[in-house]
Amino acid sequence: MESGRREFLKTAAGAAALGLGAGAASFVGAEALARSRAGQAAAGGGKRYALAVDTKKCAEREGCRACIDACHVTHNVPRIENREEEIKWVWKEEAEWVFQDRVHEYSGAELRRRPVLVLCNHCDNPPCVRVCPTQATFKSADGPVMMDPHRCIGCRYCVVGCPYGARSFNWKDPRPYIEHVDPAYPPRARGVVEKCTMCSERLAHGLLPACVEACAREGAGALLFGDMNDPESEIRKRVESSLSLRRKEHLGTRPQVYYTL
Amino acid sequence: MYDGGKVVFGLALFVALCTSPLWLSVARGGGGAEAPPLQMPAPAAGKCVRDGEWMRNSHMELLNSWRDEVVREGKRSEQLADGRVIEKSLTKTCLGCHTDKTQFCDRCHDYVGVKPFCFDCHVETAGG
Ligand code: HEC
Ligand code: HEC
Ligand code: HEC
Repeated sequence: MESGRREFLKTAAGAAALGLGAGAASFVGAEALARSRAGQAAAGGGKRYALAVDTKKCAEREGCRACIDACHVTHNVPRIENREEEIKWVWKEEAEWVFQDRVHEYSGAELRRRPVLVLCNHCDNPPCVRVCPTQATFKSADGPVMMDPHRCIGCRYCVVGCPYGARSFNWKDPRPYIEHVDPAYPPRARGVVEKCTMCSERLAHGLLPACVEACAREGAGALLFGDMNDPESEIRKRVESSLSLRRKEHLGTRPQVYYTL
Repeated sequence: MYDGGKVVFGLALFVALCTSPLWLSVARGGGGAEAPPLQMPAPAAGKCVRDGEWMRNSHMELLNSWRDEVVREGKRSEQLADGRVIEKSLTKTCLGCHTDKTQFCDRCHDYVGVKPFCFDCHVETAGG
């Protein structure tokens, strides 16, 4: 499908090239969500939505895909098998890869091989936002790093800028790869980047992110969502009282996905 | 002036030829192509989100502001002048009433020659 927008971008790119050449819940229920909202409103401060992953509880359910499937069905994420063209919002990687800077020669096999849930880290200091030339990706007031597909020109700077590989580019029309299209959430089109949005559309309706809800429904309870700016929130207390990891801490991106091993 | 008559005749012929589509259309008694009939929602669906006349002129601007408010500011609903609270959604709300996109949006767009690319992504029917 050749749209006016693509045509315009191609022309613009051509013109630019010419110019260059010439010039040189289980834990936090909806009620806790409401409480944290009220608390923040009273304090007048913003929220800092975050996710905590209990990797041990998660790994106990071998092969479980409840959260991944829930997310991908909710957001019409296409299932493309080819690794080079696949689209993913949330998926699993081995701990050895996820925490490259934390494993060493004595780390045990169970730990190294443990599948760990990974997704956009919704960094407080997001490199993707800094490199996006159109502000298609931006930091929302409540913390989540958002994608505005309407402004995405498909330059993929953000894909390269993200240190976590959390962004996917639509190399082709995703529609044929979506089993059942849910009209409530627009699928994307060829030429735009997409990723986890922390379910902004669900949060707006007082619902938990789809992955967290699915994990709780499954009885695994490995995912905890909440507001880090609320000192009374369960997630804040958990992170304060246990040794948690954030991916590639040394980069200074300040991820808002916390892991306990 | 030599051959004044021929020059004037030639000029007149030229002008007549250039403007011929106009005269032919007048001769046929038409004011241009007939605007296509649009399939309007059943009255039970309720009134449009703005005055009908205003919508005809400005629905694209409304959609643009909805888009930015929802995606960039997280303001997903709005209260209309008559008190109804609606979700600012292209598929769910607009196409919830204007259920047959081809007989409404597309008919008019084809007539006026615009091709919005929104439906590269947005789903064309609220029902799936
Ligand atoms: C609650 C039902 C409802 C919703 C929601 C709704 N419409 Fe309408 N719309 C109508 C009705 C009924 C009319 C008939 C004209 C009138 O109200 O005068 C209309 C008229 C229009 C017209 C003018 C057509 C004409 O030629 O007179 C346009 C354009 C339009 N709607 C676009 C939209 C768009 C775009 C949206 C979403 C932003 C939308 N409508 C949402 C019911 C609805
Ligand atoms: C009565 C005629 C009419 C109807 C019905 C109509 N439109 Fe339009 N629409 C137009 C015209 C005319 C324009 C172009 C305005 C311009 O170019 O400034 C337009 C432009 C648009 C644009 C902007 C396109 C662009 O490329 O910027 C969008 C989006 C749009 N319409 C959506 C809708 C939707 C959705 C519906 C059905 C719910 C609808 N329209 C029904 C006449 C109509
Ligand atoms: C590249 C894919 C894509 C294109 C093209 C696109 N949109 Fe969107 N649009 C989205 C996504 C994704 C959302 C976010 C949905 C959400 O958060 O609920 C969205 C949200 C919206 C919303 C608010 C929520 C909703 O459900 O409608 C509006 C209004 C909207 N877009 C209008 C438009 C208009 C008008 C156009 C064409 C001029 C357009 N969009 C083109 C993908 C797209």
